[in-house]
Amino acid sequence: MINASLKQLSQALAAKQISSVELSTLFLDRIERLNPTLNAFVTVDREKSLKMAIAADVRIAAGTAGPLTGIPIAQKDIFCAEGWTTTCGSKMLANFVSPYDATVIHKMHAEAGLVSLGKTNMDEFAMGSSNETSFFGPVRNPWDSSRVPGGSSGGSAAAVAARLAPAATGTDTGGSIRQPAALCNLTGLKPTYGVVSRYGMIAFASSLDQAGPMAASAEDCALLLNTMVGFDERDSTSLDRPVEDYTRDLEKPLNGLRIGLPKEFFGEGCDAEVMAAVRAAIAEYEKLGATTVEVSLPNSHLSVPAYYVIAPAEASSNLSRFDGVRYGYRAPEYDNLEQMYEKTRAQGFGAEVKRRIMIGAYVLSHGYYDAYYLQAQRIRRLIADDFVEAFKHCDVIMGPTSPSTAFKLGEKAADPVQMYLSDIYTIAVNLAGLPGMSVPCGFVDGLPVGLQLIGNYFAEGQLLNVAHRYQQATDWHQRWAVVE
Amino acid sequence: MSLTLEQVKRIAHLARIEISDAEALTTQGHLNGIFQLIEEMQAVDTSGVEPMAHAQDVSQRLRADAVTEGDRRAAYQAVAPETEAGLYLVPKVIE
Repeated sequence: MINASLKQLSQALAAKQISSVELSTLFLDRIERLNPTLNAFVTVDREKSLKMAIAADVRIAAGTAGPLTGIPIAQKDIFCAEGWTTTCGSKMLANFVSPYDATVIHKMHAEAGLVSLGKTNMDEFAMGSSNETSFFGPVRNPWDSSRVPGGSSGGSAAAVAARLAPAATGTDTGGSIRQPAALCNLTGLKPTYGVVSRYGMIAFASSLDQAGPMAASAEDCALLLNTMVGFDERDSTSLDRPVEDYTRDLEKPLNGLRIGLPKEFFGEGCDAEVMAAVRAAIAEYEKLGATTVEVSLPNSHLSVPAYYVIAPAEASSNLSRFDGVRYGYRAPEYDNLEQMYEKTRAQGFGAEVKRRIMIGAYVLSHGYYDAYYLQAQRIRRLIADDFVEAFKHCDVIMGPTSPSTAFKLGEKAADPVQMYLSDIYTIAVNLAGLPGMSVPCGFVDGLPVGLQLIGNYFAEGQLLNVAHRYQQATDWHQRWAVVE
Repeated sequence: MSLTLEQVKRIAHLARIEISDAEALTTQGHLNGIFQLIEEMQAVDTSGVEPMAHAQDVSQRLRADAVTEGDRRAAYQAVAPETEAGLYLVPKVIE
C-alpha cells in the first residue's frame, strides 16, 4: 500500500478494501517513525488529518467521491491552510496560523477531498536549492542521509521519496519542483505560468512562481494536476481557459514525436555520468518512435544572471510586507517604528533571504533600475524568444534537470553563487513561463538522475503523455529509497 | 562593479534590515560574488528588445467595484503581534 499509485489507492478506497482513515493512519504512523531522521515535515496534525479522512470516508460511502477523495497528500509549507501553522520555512512565520486557505488547498480539500497529512519543510521563502536555508533545519535525502534533497520543495520531495506521503504539492520559481524531484527520484511538473492559482501561496517572485504536483509517476502527477488548475478571480495573473483532463492523452503513442536537444544543455558543465543517463533516456525515446533534432537556446547562459536580478527584485517587493505589524514575528525590543522594522526583519529573516532582498533593493534603486532590472527583463524576452524559435523544430525539449546528483549537506552552503548554478538548466523555463517536468531516468552511484522535459505553452497534457510512455517502458520511477 | 561597505549598509537600510559591521563585511563579499555573476548580462546588446514583465502578455483584469469578501477582521487581526480596539499597534510616530 505504501508504494501504491494514486490510481491503485483510488480503486482500493472505492472498493472499500481500505478506508481513508486507515490509509491516512498508515502514512501518519510512518511520518511519526521516520520524520525525526528526515525532517521532511515541519507540521503534522493527526487530529486535523483524520477529521478530513473521516469526511472523505463519508463521501466515499455516499457515492459522491471524486477520483482522489480520501487519498493522503503532503503540502509544501508555502500554501496557507486555514487553521494550520504556515511557516514558509521562516522564523518570520514560525507561529503564523493561517486564517484562510490558498486556492490550491481549497480545491484539494473542499473539492477533491484529498487528506492533508501535514506541511513540508522548505528553503526559507522558497529561496534555495538544497533545503538548507530553512529555519527548521535541513531535510535529508532519503537516498543518502548525508546529502541534500534539493530545494526549495525539498521536504515535499523527501516525504514522497521516503513514502511518508503518496504525493505532494510543490512550487517552482527557478526549479524548485524539478530539481528536488530529480535529486529524490520523483516525477514533478511545473505548469505553464498562470495555470495554477497563486492565491494564498506565499509570494517569492510573482512573475515566476507556479505550483505543481510531485509524485512517483506522471500518471499520479496528471491526477493531481487535475485537482489544482483552474481560473481564479483572486489571482490577477490566473488564466481563464477551458479546463482540461490531464490524464486524457497519457496513453498516446509517441510515434513521430520530435525531441529537441538544445546544444547548450549537452555541452560543458554537466556531470558526465548524469549526461550518460540522460542520453540513455533519449535513446529509449527513439525506441518508442521519437526522433531527435538539435536545437539552440543561444541566450540560455544568461538565464541565471537575469533570474538573479528579476527574482530578488520581485522578492524585495513581496517581502516588504513582513514588517512586524499585521502578522508574523515582531522583535521584542525597539525604541521607535523604524527600529521595529529593522530589528524585526534582521531577526526574522535568514541570511539567504536577506541577501536576496538586498540584491532586489539595489537593482530597483534610483540610478540602477535601467542597468539591472530593465536589462534583465529584456534578456528575459530573448530567452523566451529562443524557446519560440526552438519549438518551430520540435514538440518537446529534453536535457538534464540538474548538472549533478544530490550533493552533500554543507557542500555549497557557504557559496551562494555555486548554489545558484545548480539551477542552470531549470531557470530559463520559469523566465519563459513554459511548463517543465523532471522524470527519473537512472542512477549514478546509487543517486537518482532526472531527465528534464520542456513543453510549449499549455502542453502539460503532452508532457505527461511523453513522461508516462517512458515510464511504461522503464522502471526507474519504481525504485524506492530504503529508509527503514 | 564592486559594492563598497558603505553601499552595503545603505542597501540594508533601504531594505529595512538592521546590519552589524561584521555582517556587512560578510554580506559585501557575498553580494559582490553575486553581482559578478550578474555582470555577464551587462555586455549583451538589447537595444530594441521589449522588456518582458510576465510570461503571458495579458492585461490586468478589471472587476466590478463591489464588495466580494466578508468581514473577517477578527480572524485576520488574531495573527497580529499587537492590536487594540480593532487597530494594529505600532510605536508612536507623531509626538
